[in-house]
Amino acid sequence: MNLKLELTKRKKELMSTHKITTQKVNFKVFRFNADEDYLPYYEDYSMDVTSEEVVLDILNRIKWDHDGSFSYRRSCRHGICGACAIKVNGRSTLACKESMTTMIEYFGNEMTIEPLSTKRAIKDMIIDKGDFWKKHEAATPYVVDEIDETPELENLLSPAEADALNDADLCIQCGACHYACPVVEINEDFMGPAAFAAAYRFEADVRDGDESRLTDVNQMGSGVWDCVKCFECAEVCPKDVNPIEKIGQLHNMLFQSGKAESNVATRHAVGFEKSIKKNGVLDEGGLVLYSEMAGIVKHVPVALKMFSKGKIVPPWGITKSQNLDEIQKLVKSSTTAKF
Amino acid sequence: MEKLKYALFTGCTAKQSTPEQMMSTMAVAEKLGIELIELTEASCCGASHLQDYDDFLSLVLNARNIAYAEKHDLTMVTICNTCQLNTAMTKHRLDNNADLKAKVNEKLAEVGLEYKGTSKVTHFLYAIIDDIGLDKIKEMVVTPLSQFNIAPFYGCHNIRPSELQNESHDKAENPYNPTSLDDLIIACGGKNVDYDEKNKCCGFHAELQAPKTAATLTGNAIAGAMDGNADWMVTPCPLCHLKLDTQTHHASEAIGREVALPVLHMQQMLGLALGCDQSTLGMKHHLTKVDFV
Repeated sequence: MNLKLELTKRKKELMSTHKITTQKVNFKVFRFNADEDYLPYYEDYSMDVTSEEVVLDILNRIKWDHDGSFSYRRSCRHGICGACAIKVNGRSTLACKESMTTMIEYFGNEMTIEPLSTKRAIKDMIIDKGDFWKKHEAATPYVVDEIDETPELENLLSPAEADALNDADLCIQCGACHYACPVVEINEDFMGPAAFAAAYRFEADVRDGDESRLTDVNQMGSGVWDCVKCFECAEVCPKDVNPIEKIGQLHNMLFQSGKAESNVATRHAVGFEKSIKKNGVLDEGGLVLYSEMAGIVKHVPVALKMFSKGKIVPPWGITKSQNLDEIQKLVKSSTTAKF
Repeated sequence: MEKLKYALFTGCTAKQSTPEQMMSTMAVAEKLGIELIELTEASCCGASHLQDYDDFLSLVLNARNIAYAEKHDLTMVTICNTCQLNTAMTKHRLDNNADLKAKVNEKLAEVGLEYKGTSKVTHFLYAIIDDIGLDKIKEMVVTPLSQFNIAPFYGCHNIRPSELQNESHDKAENPYNPTSLDDLIIACGGKNVDYDEKNKCCGFHAELQAPKTAATLTGNAIAGAMDGNADWMVTPCPLCHLKLDTQTHHASEAIGREVALPVLHMQQMLGLALGCDQSTLGMKHHLTKVDFV
């Protein structure tokens, strides 16, 4: 059988087994026009949604069938331009890639459609993403290198060197992780997961010679140490970049490069190794003391209350792990980092 | 039915700052007829901070902990979300990367151990839901908590990253609409409170380096539960518990509103419903007074 016939047969088979289902979904849609409205409001739409549709189809249907003034960004329709990220029931979603079936599995048949950040809304789903781009730029998101202006060869990565980027190069800057990050929401200075993933992508590139990028992200208050490790970014990324993994790798790079300054965050990480070496288990009080140094005083009021409730075990009261010699031997032989 | 038996990885907190969690785990296990073999050889899981310093060392140490559960040929149960994350993440990485597993085993061989990948790793909450079942638990309730509105607080590391969920227990939790703790509250006869913060972060892991961020997240969580008309909160994670129970002063200051609610460990709630002697549940160790028992 020729290939064309074979494909037609397979398509028919697929069509006969693949059932398209339809169900009613009620949408509450965020509406706001910064030029005209004092406050945002929500409009209700009820639609029959098929199992074949993606979230972008719903946005299109709102605009085309209900209200031509409804505004949102869209371009490639193929999960590559990063323009159409919005929030469905508070979850960042790349509208052109996310199937409505998955959304119904997650949230049932009542959905709220909002822009990535309601406080940054300009018109409906369109937001001012300026903070995102400013932070992304701060990560020096390009290869820094002295190169010949008229090179004769391309400066290519080997497959192994490309693998070391660990998919960080797949980021499409859609902002889904940035506006899902609870720290970005609270702390305006925090660079956010996308900027850190970009910093990792270029730090891990063997062609890069930038000296300051790693130091730039190693700031207290805005840098990699303020991540709360909630994994929201990893969960929402439409390209599986896994930004929190890259944040961890930036932490590792800081120690490996010797650029990790001694501060409460770095000592907190190192303190675990010290404690494990000594006890197998953690000495919680000792860890806070080692991390905070003189800053320990601010913890005293709560510590006293905890002590009175039997929640603080003194160093001599800690039950060490059994076979501690094994742990100590492994710490000695497996340690790869220095501080 | 054969008696349920698990290898218990207590983690560090249950032995130090949340003694009530250890007590209530043992009390509840006895009521449910579960035998727990404590892995006394286990080290700290690294709490995702050792991982920031030395990733490979954290893999070796966590693989060693799992190897001890494998020696008993038992499922490892954890009672801390962060222990669950770091142990399950180690298992996930080693089971999916033969080279990495070989490198780790090279180190473990130095102390006569081997990580095989034969033991499942699951949180106690999911172990009892999967292996005993909510219906059976409901039947065993002697003191229904019917007069209480209870706010579940899931804790990040039990529900995210969701890929670990599929490997850790029978019915993967939906990170955006988790149900296990709500279901347990209902099985205990209580009324579950729905609120936006129930699957959000408590801020624990940034408490030292970003105290304001951490306290704001804690404050938002308690405020959300209070606005949902909760009488108290319940969590499967001792680290969330520490934030929500002991840091109310900083949390109130951060969000500009007085917030405080009694916070129970999942085991304490279950213990109350199953009729455990209250002295075995350790409520006296809480900073925010548990005033309803």
